[in-house]
Amino acid sequence: MTNTADTRIADSIRDAFIAALLVAVLGFFFLALRTDIAPGGLALSTRWGLWFTAIAIVFAVRLLLNLFVYRAPAGAPKPESGIGKMAHRLSGYSTVFGYVMFALAAALPFIVMALFPVQQRQYIDLAILIMTYIMLGWGLNVVVGFAGLLDLGYVAFYALGAYSFGLLAFYFDIGFWVALPLAGLLAAMWGIVLGFPVLRLRGDYFAIVTLAFGEIIRVVLINWSDFTGGPRGVSGIPKPTFFGLDFTRGEGGFADFFGLEFSTIHRFVYLYYIIFILAIITYFVTARLRQLPVGRAWEALREDDIACRSLGINIRNTKLTAFAISAMFGGFAGSFFATRQGYISPESFTFIESAIILAIVVLGGLGSQIGIVIASIVMIGGMEMLRNLGFLTQIFGPDFDPVQYRMLIFGLAMVLIMVWKPRGLVSTREPSAVLKEKKKIGADLIGQGEGHKA
Amino acid sequence: MEYFVQQLINGLTLGSIYGLIAIGYTMVYGIIGMINFAHGDIFMISSFIALAVFLILTSVLGFAFLPVVLLIVLLVAMLFTSAWGWTVERLAYRPLRGSFRLAPLITAIGMSILLQNFVRVTQGARVKPLPPQIQGGIPLMDGMTDAGPIVVQISYMQLIIIVTTVVLMTVFSLIIAKTSLGRAQRACEQDRKMAALLGVNVDRTISLTFVMGAALAAVAGLMFLLLYGVIDFYIGFLAGVKAFTAAVLGGIGSLPGAMLGGLLIGLIEVFWAGYFSVEYKDVAAFSILAIVLIFLPSGLLGKPEVEKV
Repeated sequence: MTNTADTRIADSIRDAFIAALLVAVLGFFFLALRTDIAPGGLALSTRWGLWFTAIAIVFAVRLLLNLFVYRAPAGAPKPESGIGKMAHRLSGYSTVFGYVMFALAAALPFIVMALFPVQQRQYIDLAILIMTYIMLGWGLNVVVGFAGLLDLGYVAFYALGAYSFGLLAFYFDIGFWVALPLAGLLAAMWGIVLGFPVLRLRGDYFAIVTLAFGEIIRVVLINWSDFTGGPRGVSGIPKPTFFGLDFTRGEGGFADFFGLEFSTIHRFVYLYYIIFILAIITYFVTARLRQLPVGRAWEALREDDIACRSLGINIRNTKLTAFAISAMFGGFAGSFFATRQGYISPESFTFIESAIILAIVVLGGLGSQIGIVIASIVMIGGMEMLRNLGFLTQIFGPDFDPVQYRMLIFGLAMVLIMVWKPRGLVSTREPSAVLKEKKKIGADLIGQGEGHKA
Repeated sequence: MEYFVQQLINGLTLGSIYGLIAIGYTMVYGIIGMINFAHGDIFMISSFIALAVFLILTSVLGFAFLPVVLLIVLLVAMLFTSAWGWTVERLAYRPLRGSFRLAPLITAIGMSILLQNFVRVTQGARVKPLPPQIQGGIPLMDGMTDAGPIVVQISYMQLIIIVTTVVLMTVFSLIIAKTSLGRAQRACEQDRKMAALLGVNVDRTISLTFVMGAALAAVAGLMFLLLYGVIDFYIGFLAGVKAFTAAVLGGIGSLPGAMLGGLLIGLIEVFWAGYFSVEYKDVAAFSILAIVLIFLPSGLLGKPEVEKV
């Protein structure tokens, strides 16, 4: 008995040693050395302390994991823990959970104002941001989750919506409420235009071409300076009005009309409700569409496109509607983004943005609407929380800037969650068509746009 | 005419670099059918390693004989970049083998973001300029253009890049064609399950494929560093997308195809920038990608994909 324990400890140490060695090799040119611009060329500086610390940490963590976590014999069911378990359990009560979330979201600005009077503006702003991503996630979910087409260029439609409103306001002096449906329509039209050529593609090829389209739109926005303002972007985009009332101080403003004391927070609360309602509309439209014939066709397409064709479903139109509807919601969200910021530039619509939205959809569990809410709160909320980690500067010295680490941690989280739970945080799905009673099925049973399985 | 010849030489040089990166995409796609989205960032990592090794050799250890220095830089960069390629495969892709098809693509995107920001955090976001190391060239012809007299020349740097690429291509083609590793790779490409049943160590073969791809990306990384003299943490994204375009254009899975595609992309980009507009040269590359995929999904030298029902 002691023999096996001894070999296990020896194995663990050996494994930890290999891991540490690997970190030493990989990190040597990045952790131990640093090149900087110095007078007269480039200068190298060394940071042996950082390098050794990284090696030691990896060694210790790997050893502890080997000794205490990976001890479970192979074949034993893995205990599910943390967010996954919570999400799993919550999805079991998805209707109740949905209502609670809805009520909470509807009352959120007032809860925030009552609980955090000092930081209310910051928190409501964060809620607006999360809500925007939830809406984008639900929009993208139509293409990725329902129709099973991996779209890496969703940000193009977000950008088109934002620029539609920005330019309409700039050239024709059109307000938010008139521009909103126009932006959605324009984005949907672009969805069809860009969707048409890629109809024949599947899987990875489809993904890469949509990525290329996203980049083309951005490059055009940067270089067509006469029309779009180029890298400078469009500024002075009007704020939304409340039935013609501006959120300004004095005569004729929102506060004045209702006899309230003027406060800048009114506009934030109003913006929150706009995006909240837009998101709810997105949810209901996509959820209802899923039940309609077109939605069933999307899902059939995702499961097996050859069977789909042989049953007489028009693949072209099915894919195009998915693309157009998804693009339309992207356009709505984009024009909301434009009015919230008051300023847009191509900088806001990089590939990273597409990756973030896609990560939310995938990590939430492809096709799971509630998973997207959870993933948005975890990812966006978590990323914004990193801004508030100023206290860490006391540990790591004054040069430590937590904001720098946001994307690093984001990338790491994307890899780890994917390796740990490839089917996303919510691992069950509700089939859209049922016989007799509703029953949840495992996410593994859902195809992901891989086409016909031989 | 002279302007054309000069652009042709420039295009071939750039195309060689794209071709070297494209081989990494094409080999991985051929063997496990995934787009290794992080491959462009492996290329970026390698250029940083090359820069650090170069600085150690020249300013710390004081070597001055450039050919030896560059050779050592090349070998060290290939070695260390291979370790990166191996690790990425081991950590992010191997656990997902057998999962649904898009899962590794999504971790690859995560990995790409992770690598970019790792380099940004550890090496800083500012560009690293390296003064040109190899000066001069061989004049080929004289001529006149609208802008004044022009001397068409192939610089030593361009010559080195083209020669190195040709040599490496030959070596790697031989490895694929003649060695047992190459045989194992071709076997896995055709039918992974069958190869495993016949005693091919599939995991090892896939790992070695990533290592080979990373090593070639390291060559491209060094060439890029020497040719442009400016690197930052973001160079991997564009170079990666263009190299992938090259791999698709040549027919994904085909080694000579990747090289041909790389050369074509390089030429198209240079000529587009030279004759039409510099601003839209990236649009040209992306549009070609879209057009090729739509009208010629199996590429120039690729095998058409047969749909089994």
